[in-house]
Amino acid sequence: MAMTEPTPDGRFGRFGGRFVPESLIPACEELEVAFRKYWADDAFRSELSGLLNDYAGRPSPLTECHRLSEELGYRVLLKREDLNHTGSHKINNVLGQALLAKRMGKSRLVAETGAGQHGVASATAAALFGMECVVYMGEVDVERQALNVFRMRLLGAEVRTAMSGSRTLKDAVNEAMRDWVATVEDSHYCLGSAMGPHPYPWMVREFHRVIGTEAREQCLALTGADPDVVTACVGGGSNAIGIFSGFVDTDAELVGVEPAGGAAIDRGVPGVVHGSLSFLMQDEEGQVLEAQSISAGLDYPGIGPEHAHLADSGRARYEKVTDDEVVEAFQLLSRTEGIIPALEPAHALAWMSRAREELAGKTVLLNLSGRGDKDAVQMMEILG
Amino acid sequence: MSASRGTIEAALRARRDSGGKCLVPYITGGFEGYLDAISAAADAGADAIEVGIPFSDPVMDGPVIQEANEIVLRNGVTPASIIDEVATLDVDVPMAVMTYYNIAFRFGLDRFAQSLHAAGISGAILPDMPLVEAGPWVEAADNGGVETVLLAAPTTTDAHLPAICDRSRGFVYAVGLLGVTGVRDELADSAKVIAARCKAVTDTPVLVGVGVGTPAQAAEVSTVADGCVVGTAIVRKLIDGGGPEAVGQLVGEIRTALDAG
Repeated sequence: MAMTEPTPDGRFGRFGGRFVPESLIPACEELEVAFRKYWADDAFRSELSGLLNDYAGRPSPLTECHRLSEELGYRVLLKREDLNHTGSHKINNVLGQALLAKRMGKSRLVAETGAGQHGVASATAAALFGMECVVYMGEVDVERQALNVFRMRLLGAEVRTAMSGSRTLKDAVNEAMRDWVATVEDSHYCLGSAMGPHPYPWMVREFHRVIGTEAREQCLALTGADPDVVTACVGGGSNAIGIFSGFVDTDAELVGVEPAGGAAIDRGVPGVVHGSLSFLMQDEEGQVLEAQSISAGLDYPGIGPEHAHLADSGRARYEKVTDDEVVEAFQLLSRTEGIIPALEPAHALAWMSRAREELAGKTVLLNLSGRGDKDAVQMMEILG
Repeated sequence: MSASRGTIEAALRARRDSGGKCLVPYITGGFEGYLDAISAAADAGADAIEVGIPFSDPVMDGPVIQEANEIVLRNGVTPASIIDEVATLDVDVPMAVMTYYNIAFRFGLDRFAQSLHAAGISGAILPDMPLVEAGPWVEAADNGGVETVLLAAPTTTDAHLPAICDRSRGFVYAVGLLGVTGVRDELADSAKVIAARCKAVTDTPVLVGVGVGTPAQAAEVSTVADGCVVGTAIVRKLIDGGGPEAVGQLVGEIRTALDAG
């Protein structure tokens, strides 16, 4: 099976849809029409490719990890999204959406952010295109990701603190949606993950498809074969869906890794929040639970609907790791390869470390979705 | 009990047919004193009452209703407990619940509709359920004898508006402005525009809500609409500790303004 379009009503299997206030329905429809038009437009694709290459630094390298492979007992390859401009995979989606917003005549970008990586990427694209940018960030995340708050402001964006609920990513999404409801005529909601109302999960996946496409070619060139396992961390799931899209029609096993405190697949049941039907951590009454994770970027109780479908159909499996395992993995990659990962991809690495017996003798491709500079202060406190 | 209250649409049509304007206050379910506040609003001239069932992530609501939601949820109130308590009320105006889709979805759509009906609650409003996603719920609601009030927004296109108005039961909830619930200094220009657009395509009562917070604004928007929904201004009274008396007084003032036309 290849990753194709969702159904006309935005479904991946039984998940997805467009559960937003009626006020936003025309904007979703307009966005879908524009995305279909420009994604099939050579001039748009060529302009986006130019930006991804000459501005963001694509293609990102594939790195073979000799010392880590020796340590773990199997062959480890890293897709180096951490080397992109702004430090993560988020720039792929943001450049696509900002370029699309500009074509649609929108002058303002609204974004939510958890760890701040999507916020920084959005602020960067807004600066590049001369657009206004407002980023919503939970109060807890503003504190633990102060460096990214400063970067966003330096780039000219306004950072607004979300004070409600758990004061993390979920609440930042709520505030961004409230802003969008009020400003939909001149604002584009630059959603940062493969979630939200149709067409976002599909569109964001397509903007990140470049990760999987490049990685597959690079793996073939390096090893002569597809990897046995492709793994990535999953919050909303954008970096994972990007790399999975390149391998879903191969024999590679696909493994998404969630934080134990935000494991929507493992602990969730189907529910509707933030525009789509997907697995969701919630109580018996349907109140959404607050996720708890060391990583601000994965601190989210839901998951993108296509991941829910991949889990449902059995094409991908989803594992969970604890904060302690993540801290270990963070240090492991730093020490063995001289690469300080972001806490988010350190989740996938933590699973790889735990599963070394299962993975013995295999070739495992990890999407290293971001670099750890933003986490240095937090980790300094944890490691002392 | 439910039989004596009748449907929301019947109550609103009766008000309109008698030359009056309809008033539907919103009261956050589970908030301290909310049952008495519902009775006070009914006594003060409400034609129907919306009872909010709090949800953890209310994206259509502004700060005041969010705050009320958070207070209620912290106190451990559940959707079932609100429905059960409302069932015990002795008021003679019909009621609707206003909540978000996931509350109904988690309850089970059929079971939710049946529970509302059994409690004598006539209708339901789910603001994050647009017409394109309404199919499974309206089927459950129709089967369960529950009126589904749909929302029409200022951005709703002329192509979509008739379908929304046709499928809405009870009344058409015309969203007065682009934004979340909350009191504004002045009535938005968009309020009368959306009311007129809805009125042009439906005979179902058209009530404007979102951004209608004062007696003057209620009267002004009702020169075009069949009436209005007032939420935040009422919930504010509860949060400020005014209790059922303050709710009854505000509803009475709005009733007077509407009757004065």
